[in-house]
Amino acid sequence: MSTFKQHSILPGFNLALGFTLLYLSLIVLIPLSAAFIRTAELTWSEFWSIVTTPRVLASYRLTFGVSFAAALVNAVFGLLVAWVLVRYHFPGKKIVDALVDLPFALPTAVAGIALTALYSGNGWIGQHLKPFGIKVAFTPLGIFVALTFIGLPFVVRTVQPVLEDIEAELEEAAATLGANRWQTFTHIIFPVLFPALMTGFALAFARAIGEYGSVIFIAGNMPMISEITPLLIVTKLEQYDYAGATALSVVMLVISFILLLIINLLQWWNRRSTQA
Amino acid sequence: MTTTITFPISGKTFRQRATEEPAWVRYSLVTVALLFLTLFLFVPLISVFYEALKKGVDVYLAAITAPDAVSAIKLTLTVAAIAVPLNLVFGVAAAWSIAKFEFRGKNLLITLIDLPFSVSPVVSGLIYVLVFGLQGWLGPWLAEHDLKIIFAVPGIVLATVFVTVPFIARELIPLMQAQGTEEEEAAVVLGASGWQTFWQITLPNIKWGLLYGAILCNARAMGEFGAVSVVSGHIRGSTNTLPLHVEILYNEYNFAAAFAVASLLALLALVTLALKTLIEFRNKQHQTLRGDA
Repeated sequence: MSTFKQHSILPGFNLALGFTLLYLSLIVLIPLSAAFIRTAELTWSEFWSIVTTPRVLASYRLTFGVSFAAALVNAVFGLLVAWVLVRYHFPGKKIVDALVDLPFALPTAVAGIALTALYSGNGWIGQHLKPFGIKVAFTPLGIFVALTFIGLPFVVRTVQPVLEDIEAELEEAAATLGANRWQTFTHIIFPVLFPALMTGFALAFARAIGEYGSVIFIAGNMPMISEITPLLIVTKLEQYDYAGATALSVVMLVISFILLLIINLLQWWNRRSTQA
Repeated sequence: MTTTITFPISGKTFRQRATEEPAWVRYSLVTVALLFLTLFLFVPLISVFYEALKKGVDVYLAAITAPDAVSAIKLTLTVAAIAVPLNLVFGVAAAWSIAKFEFRGKNLLITLIDLPFSVSPVVSGLIYVLVFGLQGWLGPWLAEHDLKIIFAVPGIVLATVFVTVPFIARELIPLMQAQGTEEEEAAVVLGASGWQTFWQITLPNIKWGLLYGAILCNARAMGEFGAVSVVSGHIRGSTNTLPLHVEILYNEYNFAAAFAVASLLALLALVTLALKTLIEFRNKQHQTLRGDA
């Protein structure tokens, strides 16, 4: 016991930690373990054949491909938005800054139906894309739009604080040494921002992979074409295929845990590089 | 630092800071950023209210006062009223043990608390079906005792609690870590009991962080769709929360009503953002006043 906890005169450790662990076990750990234990009832070859059917493989390709593209767009524009919010002044900046968090606060179902209405053939945006033969709603492009919306705040909110903390002296030194602004950005500022940018990218990517609510309205949900993996889990569940749904969930969970690990490493890198 | 740049062609002289971009670069970057945000944020937000009111105020009011909509509002409020206080107590307990004491495995515990954030909403619902559903671990026992959790309100509450576990804890942990333990130690040395120390020293120090976390937790609790959708069973007027009601109306091609109900959730999001910004603003001012900014 003496090595587990350092001595403190404050009371309540046992009660607080005990409650925390009990609550976490009942709400999070035991239910999560159910997915793994139920999947363990399958043999390895049964499991493998469930999670590698052509329809499932198509859903992985779609989910990961579109999530990656959306996270990439968010990395570029998130960096730009963070830069503009930290460095420049323009009217309405405070409101814009507050609204960046909208995708965190707006229920995903609301985002889903709003984007579908906008991008369908007669919607505000869709009708201007139609003459060019671009269809967004009910195609993978629609999924991309929804996932870009969902992931928007992540990069902005991870890059913003790092950008605010960059000391002016660094840039002044670069300028006195003859660097122009672009050189200062690419050689001085960007390397400092890079770990935060990667963290934001990974967070947006991880969120996009699991996203369900905003996507199902706009996707069209055609098997092999626009069906994401979370939707496939729901479909299997509705057909009472519990083994199939659980096996797919385990695949998703393992991927989420790997991403969580990567994000933790990136955050550690981020802290180190901003302190150095 | 200011450098004077002379343009040989125009002969004009103006001053530009060497650590600032030329004006045209600044204006273009602001324009592109705002265009992106307009397209992906502002237009979708405005369209919710536009679509909701398109058919007139009467249709709007009829949609949000329909019996099914009212029962969905009631259920959503009930679920949030259970989930937020539960996670509030959990958040305080977790932050108290993590921030005020040193023990082994602390980082692992913090990671476990954050876990629900990285689980897909659909999977969050499914794991409760595996525990409490008819095919689940406790399913036969529950059926024997005539208890229903999945496709009933308790399942919705559980799934909501799961997805909102981290919100308050992750606000409080860094806040309480930064505040340290000196004030509480002083109180204990002066003879205060544990609860007195908590209510009179700790709680006043963390009340704004607590409120901040609770507001974000509440927004997610009221808006959760995926996890709740899996465990709800979509029974109109009984296990339909607001987001699920939006889906039902939308799938029935009743767009005006779907957007009317959705506009209530969009308003909730805007109020959440306003309160969040207000608390952040207050904290910043407070820090400047105390001089530790």
